[in-house]
Amino acid sequence: MGAKGTSGVDRDSQFKKGDVIVRCRDVRMSYDGRPILKGVNLEVRKGETLVIMGGSGHGKSTMLRLMIGAEKPDSGTVELFGQDITKLSEQELYPIKKRFGVLFQSGALYNSMTVGENIALPLREHTDLDEKIISIIIKLKLELVGLRDFEHLVPSQLSGGMKKRVGLARAIALDPEIIFYDEPGAGLDPVMLAVIDELIMGLGEKLGVASIVVTHEMQSAFRIADRMVLMHGGLVLAEGTPEQIRTTTDPVVQQFIQGKAEGPIPLRLSSRDFAEDLLGG
Amino acid sequence: MRTVAALGRSGLEIFWFVLGCFRLFLDFLYWLLIGPLRGFRVRLHETARQAVRMGVNSIPIVFLVNFFVGVTLAVTVADILRIFGAIEYTASVMGVGFWRELSPLLTAIIMSGFAGASLAAEIGTMKVGEELMALEASALNPIRFLCVPRLLAVIVMVPIVTLLGNVFGIYGGYLVYYSMLDLTWAQFYDKMLDAMKVKDVWVGGMKSAIFGGIVGLVGLAQGLQVSGGAEGVGRATTNAVVYSIILIIVADCIMTVVLYF
Repeated sequence: MGAKGTSGVDRDSQFKKGDVIVRCRDVRMSYDGRPILKGVNLEVRKGETLVIMGGSGHGKSTMLRLMIGAEKPDSGTVELFGQDITKLSEQELYPIKKRFGVLFQSGALYNSMTVGENIALPLREHTDLDEKIISIIIKLKLELVGLRDFEHLVPSQLSGGMKKRVGLARAIALDPEIIFYDEPGAGLDPVMLAVIDELIMGLGEKLGVASIVVTHEMQSAFRIADRMVLMHGGLVLAEGTPEQIRTTTDPVVQQFIQGKAEGPIPLRLSSRDFAEDLLGG
Repeated sequence: MRTVAALGRSGLEIFWFVLGCFRLFLDFLYWLLIGPLRGFRVRLHETARQAVRMGVNSIPIVFLVNFFVGVTLAVTVADILRIFGAIEYTASVMGVGFWRELSPLLTAIIMSGFAGASLAAEIGTMKVGEELMALEASALNPIRFLCVPRLLAVIVMVPIVTLLGNVFGIYGGYLVYYSMLDLTWAQFYDKMLDAMKVKDVWVGGMKSAIFGGIVGLVGLAQGLQVSGGAEGVGRATTNAVVYSIILIIVADCIMTVVLYF
């Protein structure tokens, strides 16, 4: 299925399994003067599933937005397929964007279109494929997520879990080499969560797709990950295989993966003294 | 002092907003004129769909408003002109008034509620639901994909609907004229054309196209800058209507003064 890429790069020959296809170096970023990322380094290899964990507000979603080119960092480089995307213009980024898919937290389906049209959109816009072939691809992708009978429904008729599965079908419409997942487990019941996990693992194993998953569902993170990083305070605090992360002695990592309220991660984010604040000082 | 500060702040806010609309317009021109040369086609099918949605569906309300204003204006003007024994000039006032001023203005204000608000709500909801980010992530520019067809549709449809507004308003005036003076449509029509200049027609057309642009740009820009969930969408929808009415009236005043004063 030839994507109408203008990059002129032969997809398969350039990157072999095990090659680094995402590389972030010393990425720094701040919002309104508040530093969110303080020098993050990350690597993802072809066919690998990397799970990025971390508490809310510790920079993992920002990291994801940087990697999909939705934002640019203050400094540092973000390389996808060997190209630094922070230096590319919007239109130079298009050939790269056609090589990855994104599953957004809510699914982000286009509400004015049917399920089938949602999946067809990237195919219609970026390829010269015949409508007949597009309708076959829609069925294939929907079958992969188990929703083949739902092609003609609109997103408002679907449950949250189904929306995510359709979102995943859309993300893989162009047969991407990398898929980014933003909190794939948020708001799903345990069974649906396991279904989505199976899909993520299946794509990695069957199609050799690299997956970058931002999540704080611990059970699912340990199930799907080849490698995990824990982000804390805008830095990568720990990195390793699920086994290495599980057995690490770092108290912050242990508190996070065990989900304990007591530990080195502070509950209270205010910097002023409580008593002083109460007295209006 | 506090009032002055608040006034200054909202003035500044409108200034930045207008600047944002202008940038959006430049983007629109890029994707309309230069984009196609680089292989990014304009979505004409979607433009037609939006034209039906925003233009055709607004015709009943444009009819109602213009017709009743036409009747009201005719009665009011005839009352005054009767004093001077020039009641048949009601037709002239109706013609010039509607073509040059009333129909473009009334129709644009209706469209700011009809099209502008719905654009702001639609785009704003898409922004909140991550749909715009999803488009960008699939290498589709939201301006090209969503804004160009919608803006194009409004700019084309507002003048067409305004033309219909003229017909409805003047017909309302004619009914009053007929019931007072028992003159035929042909006589009314002649009197109307006597007073009108070709300039009135093209000025009316040009005004309505510009008003259409304002309605579309304000609605889209408000939608694109939504933040903070349902409340943000609500605010954007209100602002879209308020800002476009203000900008339409200011633009109307400037154009009328420049072209006729």
